[in-house]
Amino acid sequence: MQLARVIGDVVVTRKDENLVGLKLLVLQPIGADGAAAGRTLVAVDAAGAGVGETVFFVRGKEASFPFYPTEVPADAGVVGIVDHWDVETEYRRT
Amino acid sequence: MILARIVGTVVATRKDPRLVSNKLLVARPIDPHGKSEGNYLVAVDTVDAGVGETVLIVSGSSARMAAGMKDCPVDAAIVGIVDAIEVAAGG
Repeated sequence: MQLARVIGDVVVTRKDENLVGLKLLVLQPIGADGAAAGRTLVAVDAAGAGVGETVFFVRGKEASFPFYPTEVPADAGVVGIVDHWDVETEYRRT
Repeated sequence: MILARIVGTVVATRKDPRLVSNKLLVARPIDPHGKSEGNYLVAVDTVDAGVGETVLIVSGSSARMAAGMKDCPVDAAIVGIVDAIEVAAGG
């Protein structure tokens, strides 16, 4: 899993039928210091997250597991909302 | 999933039989603000997308979960046509 900040959402009317009813969020992966790290991506929401929140997400086919047995065509999914996280200072990226 | 803009089509006569009658499109990934980034890719179309449209592409083994793609040799599938992308200020 990876930490990310939810920076937006995507409106998609015409889509795969197994994506109907799911929320699509724009994520910016972040490092331990909270700074942006890597490319933005779109993920399905399995945790009820919203714009501005810090979340963690899974990559790969596992992103569809929260919706089992529906086979959701997703390769990234938000599976948790972060309340707070703590990293020892010596491991922080500067 | 990634956001991408459709920039072209691919015609392939000789191909895996499981790809027959699938539409292949050339896509260029974009960031949420619409700026192009990264390399072009070929994706199989499952939602009747066309050149110039912004789409949602699912990659990896998840692409096979798109409608009609079961057991097909694909690693990128277009699963949605994007109407709007809303990005929070500062995002």
